[in-house]
Amino acid sequence: MSQTATPAIEGWFTTGPAPALVGSRCTTCATVFFPRTGGFCRNPACSGEEFEGIELSRRGRIWSYTDAQYQPPPPYIPATDPYVPFALAAVELPEGLVVLGQVAGGYGVADLEVGAEAELVVETLYTDDTGDRTIWRWKPVIEMGQEADQ
Amino acid sequence: MSNDVAVAGVGMHPWGKWGKNFVEYGVHAARAALADSGIDWQDVGLVVGGETVRNGYGGYVAGATFAQALGWNGASVATSYAACATGAQAIDTARARILAGMCDVALVVGADTTPKGFLAPNAGERWDDPDWLRFRLLGMTNPAYFALYARRRMDLYGATQADFAQVKVKNARHGLNNPNARYRKLVSAEDVLASAIVSDPLHLLDICATSDGAAAVVLTSLDYARKRGLTNPVRVRAVSTVTPTFPNTVMDMPNLSTDSSAVAGVPERTFKESIAHAAYEEAGIGPEEVSLAEVYDLSTALELDWIEDLALCKRGEAETLLRAGDTTLGGRIPVNPSGGLACFGEAVPAQALAQVCEVTWQLRGQAVGRQVENAKVGITANQGLFGHGSSVLLSV
Repeated sequence: MSQTATPAIEGWFTTGPAPALVGSRCTTCATVFFPRTGGFCRNPACSGEEFEGIELSRRGRIWSYTDAQYQPPPPYIPATDPYVPFALAAVELPEGLVVLGQVAGGYGVADLEVGAEAELVVETLYTDDTGDRTIWRWKPVIEMGQEADQ
Repeated sequence: MSNDVAVAGVGMHPWGKWGKNFVEYGVHAARAALADSGIDWQDVGLVVGGETVRNGYGGYVAGATFAQALGWNGASVATSYAACATGAQAIDTARARILAGMCDVALVVGADTTPKGFLAPNAGERWDDPDWLRFRLLGMTNPAYFALYARRRMDLYGATQADFAQVKVKNARHGLNNPNARYRKLVSAEDVLASAIVSDPLHLLDICATSDGAAAVVLTSLDYARKRGLTNPVRVRAVSTVTPTFPNTVMDMPNLSTDSSAVAGVPERTFKESIAHAAYEEAGIGPEEVSLAEVYDLSTALELDWIEDLALCKRGEAETLLRAGDTTLGGRIPVNPSGGLACFGEAVPAQALAQVCEVTWQLRGQAVGRQVENAKVGITANQGLFGHGSSVLLSV
């Protein structure tokens, strides 16, 4: 990542050594939402209208996963030409919600399993005239001793 | 009081890639449905059109568009948008008007022209639209969502890619003699498994195409049907268009996340289960009475999910039904006797209506070459973008 790296979307995740998704927590019922929300709480049993920003857990369990063997259509911006397929994972966080993300570079579906642990990282999604644009991604957590199997 | 209405007529324009305007398909289907009903267009009191929001053409005003093309007759008009459930929502609107005594005859029409390849959002930057953001931020196509569901079946229930291929083999055989199907060719499991992987574990032949097509249904009150000598019509027994119940814990298109269940708890039924449940409840008919089902097989694996969502078997047992031949024509509970989306390809605003057309033909005993024996009760199911889904239950 270059010095000019900026998130591809503002305010959805933090950067730095321990990046995290930024969600909203209703101050009335404590339900957590991602992406961030405002206005009225979407819990139908709650009349709350105030939210506080919170960082979501950086680790969760893989709900399911796949990949994109063909280049997705616009507004997807391919990072490379020719296109290089990438994997995708839906990860269930301790906060009780599932969040989609691309899988970290270098990992494919063979490295993933429903129920296995994944950790959030921030990597370059594409590059434009402002520099690298970054996004959150899910990186499989490989325990010590499993490395040899990879 | 009965909530039933009569299906007086059904009609379709064959699915395919015909290069014509969607209005032409819709009028073709509408005229076919009117001819099937024997009711004159001048006697139609309400036209409900299914609209599409894709592809940038003037399908946004579909109800009036079809009414004008059929020749203005002064009928009331309504238009529905509910993604894949559009046609069922349009039927629900027509049914409500009929049951309220506000009209005797309603014509429901859905038609579409779709592009080749992946369905993608309309042009322009929309940073608050999840349907746009999922492509921009993640490259998350529709097949990628289907693949997430397919992979869960493999990791949780032991499904295999060969099982998924078998769904395609079955549906290809079902649709072989369906004159409205786009693909009428036998497919082998080897063909499916040899086709390219689009989104692992799904192959190209596991995923439905997008098609041009149109379907129409003429609905009447039971009184009106009786007066016209239609003594034992196929009846709409239930139309379910329920929304999800918070928290929606299944990753649905086009969302980037689910609701959190940490505070509210996991609901009793998933969204898709609740769609079918509402239909059964309204009709007072249980899954054990169903003769056939037309379900939204956007992917082969998704058909297996639907079989369980419709409570035709327990969770995780759909592969057992498939392998035993239960869901094949001649089996215990044939699924997608029309050939399904596997043989049609998806024409969004027309598809839920096409499901109702097929069930109607089946219940009348007119499904030549694909007839389910002694069919008495049929159910449809679909789900699409933005919390839309539907199920229509019909019987004779």
